[in-house]
Amino acid sequence: MTIDDRDARAPGEPRLMTAAPGPRQTSRDLERYTALFAARTKVMRSSAMRDLMALTERRDIISLAGGLPDTSSFPAESFAAIMGTVAVESTARSLQYGPTEGLSVLKRCIAEVMEEEGTTIDPDDVLVTTGGQQVIDLVCKTLIDPGDVIIAEAPTYPGAVPTFCSYQAEVIQISLDEDGMRIDELEQTLERLDREGRRPKFIYTVPTFQNPAGTTMSLARRHRLVEVVRERELLLLEDNPYGLLRYEGDSLPTLYSLEGGDFVIYLGTFSKILSPGVRLGWSVGPRPVLEKMNIGKQASDLCSSSLTQLFVAAYFESGRWQDYVGSLKEIYRRRRDVMLDSLAECLGAECSWTHPQGGLFIWVTLPDYIDTTDLLALALDEHVAFVPGRAAFLDGRGASSMRLNFSGVGEADIREGVRRIGEVVREQVQLYGTLTGTHPTVDVPAEPAPAEPDAALADVLHLPALERRRRADAREG
Amino acid sequence: MTRVAVLKGGRSLERQVSLKSGARVQDALDRLGYEVVGIDVGHDLVTRLRTLEPDVAFVALHGRDGEDGTVQELLEALGIAYTGSGVSACIRCSDKVIAKHHMRDAGIPTPDFFAFNETAFKELGAADALPAIEERLSFPIVVKPADQGSALGIKFAASAKDVPGALVAAFSYGDKVLLERRIDGRDLAVSVLDGEPLPVVEAVPLGDDFYDFEARYEIGRTEFVCPADLPAALTARAQELAREVWDALGCRGFARIDLMLCDETGELTVLEANAIPGMTETSLLPQAAEAAGMDFDALIERIVALAT
Repeated sequence: MTIDDRDARAPGEPRLMTAAPGPRQTSRDLERYTALFAARTKVMRSSAMRDLMALTERRDIISLAGGLPDTSSFPAESFAAIMGTVAVESTARSLQYGPTEGLSVLKRCIAEVMEEEGTTIDPDDVLVTTGGQQVIDLVCKTLIDPGDVIIAEAPTYPGAVPTFCSYQAEVIQISLDEDGMRIDELEQTLERLDREGRRPKFIYTVPTFQNPAGTTMSLARRHRLVEVVRERELLLLEDNPYGLLRYEGDSLPTLYSLEGGDFVIYLGTFSKILSPGVRLGWSVGPRPVLEKMNIGKQASDLCSSSLTQLFVAAYFESGRWQDYVGSLKEIYRRRRDVMLDSLAECLGAECSWTHPQGGLFIWVTLPDYIDTTDLLALALDEHVAFVPGRAAFLDGRGASSMRLNFSGVGEADIREGVRRIGEVVREQVQLYGTLTGTHPTVDVPAEPAPAEPDAALADVLHLPALERRRRADAREG
Repeated sequence: MTRVAVLKGGRSLERQVSLKSGARVQDALDRLGYEVVGIDVGHDLVTRLRTLEPDVAFVALHGRDGEDGTVQELLEALGIAYTGSGVSACIRCSDKVIAKHHMRDAGIPTPDFFAFNETAFKELGAADALPAIEERLSFPIVVKPADQGSALGIKFAASAKDVPGALVAAFSYGDKVLLERRIDGRDLAVSVLDGEPLPVVEAVPLGDDFYDFEARYEIGRTEFVCPADLPAALTARAQELAREVWDALGCRGFARIDLMLCDETGELTVLEANAIPGMTETSLLPQAAEAAGMDFDALIERIVALAT
């Protein structure tokens, strides 16, 4: 409980005008404001979910809802030493504005990070941004007029949804499966748009360890996607925050490196390999696009923080960034395994989930009669939270899916959190069985979960055939 | 100087709405020269209230605990005067099923309904009665949790196949759900202050066809018309009904009664009563008071004066 630190006046003392709290608002005032709102505010969606999500931040909640990296593993003494270096060696510079496109020292670090994933760039071509999120905003600002089409994945990154909406874009979502975006569906959609005389402004994809689905686009699809954008001269926004967080399998080339940078705008970030607190991301891409984005950034915030840019540069100077990413990967890989094991233990055969080879998220799909937004209310009673699937769609789909994060909480909490989710799901499955007289099985799998999860089974987003077979098995059992 | 504790927040699903209501109430009390302390209610509520010894507690809580008589019972036990309805009226208002029974008993029109708790389905085979219920109510049917505000958990079932899923969703929010005949029409609200009905407000959602959670609290998503554009006789009837509900449920201080004006029959029907209506920028009670010539500060002062 908090007591607000409000008025320190003595009782009865008249209030000075300067100390007055916010203006009183009447409905007339309200109309005065709403009459001034831009048309785009009508489609800037907030939601019941936002209020529910605020509850997930309570301390007594195990939150599998966030997308938070584990910053607690960053050594305090390194942090202090790096900050000390910046303070002593770059006092004036770190306290000063910087160039809009970012400091050269940081751009060299960015080139190093991209090289680590096999993508070679010229540091001069980098636009430093305030988090990766700003890249999405600047790309929209540069390309999108109201009503323009953006093609995204289904599900797509929930954080991109408000950005797309605030530029009044029409978003068309293309299904994903275990190999990433369905390129055949993309091509059909592009052909349909062609017939309608429309051309999407860009295609937005998180090809590697997708947020929220956890899936990775196969090499074959990467090649095909690159061909499609080259053939049709479409722009592609490749959002790659997690590429270096791979826990198994071989790494795949970025779309940017496959394509060569004529039609791909690349988005990178330090958020997941170092810290989201430094608010630093970047973009590389076709020069004319980047130039407009640069002007857009000037209008938004002049430049990103000099202080944090110098901090990151000094950190890279110390030469340990790969080791730190290595230690994060070790922590996250264990947490992912714990979550996959817990899911196999706690969710029945009527549920399916993805098996990410890296990144931060697992996408779980429940029977279609369960709405995960409502389920969240029940889950909060059990002190556990997740992101309801609807957040990742603009078209109302995703109601029976949820995103689970495994990077932000410890292994014991993951086990307990998933156990509680399993319980509320079981409760709803049972209730539905009672209501429909079908009583689908809710038993935990009789066989102990295999130590090495069966990729063919677990790597399924939502395959109807498999789903049906599972249900049939369940009924027979 | 009168010391007022504004109780807000808490752990209900409507926490954010309550924080907004509470903040506006605090600002008003501040301007009015009260000594104001905002309390985000939690485990130490009783200790805090004992230490603080407020003259009045302004209950700006919504949803579970705050609106269902729990906090009111505590305030009774501590001997602290508080705003709004007493324990029993809070219990009657917060449970839509109890409220509707009281209305029906008092001859107040309210949409036909059936209500069950989970036990009825689990232990008594209530599912077998669903076809009969569906026939009596006829589709579309509204399915909603009995004790959840702000339209959370409300689903519309267009046909029999939608009903089980809608029930599962509604049971996510509480132990009791109601199936109600859906009334297509205009959303009206009559706020009542100390037994006096205020001008009628009509909420016209822009875009979507349902006055949902987003439409309620997002500025610019709903157009409010106050006083509602209604024939004088209908306005009078709406206010009369609101007053009847107020009496039937035993409200005190202030309340808001939600009604529908049915497109088909032209009749008014009462959906529910809210013991602690919202005080946010988009809430209906402040708009109604203003239409009656009472600004927000005067409204808050009046509500505090009515606290017992």
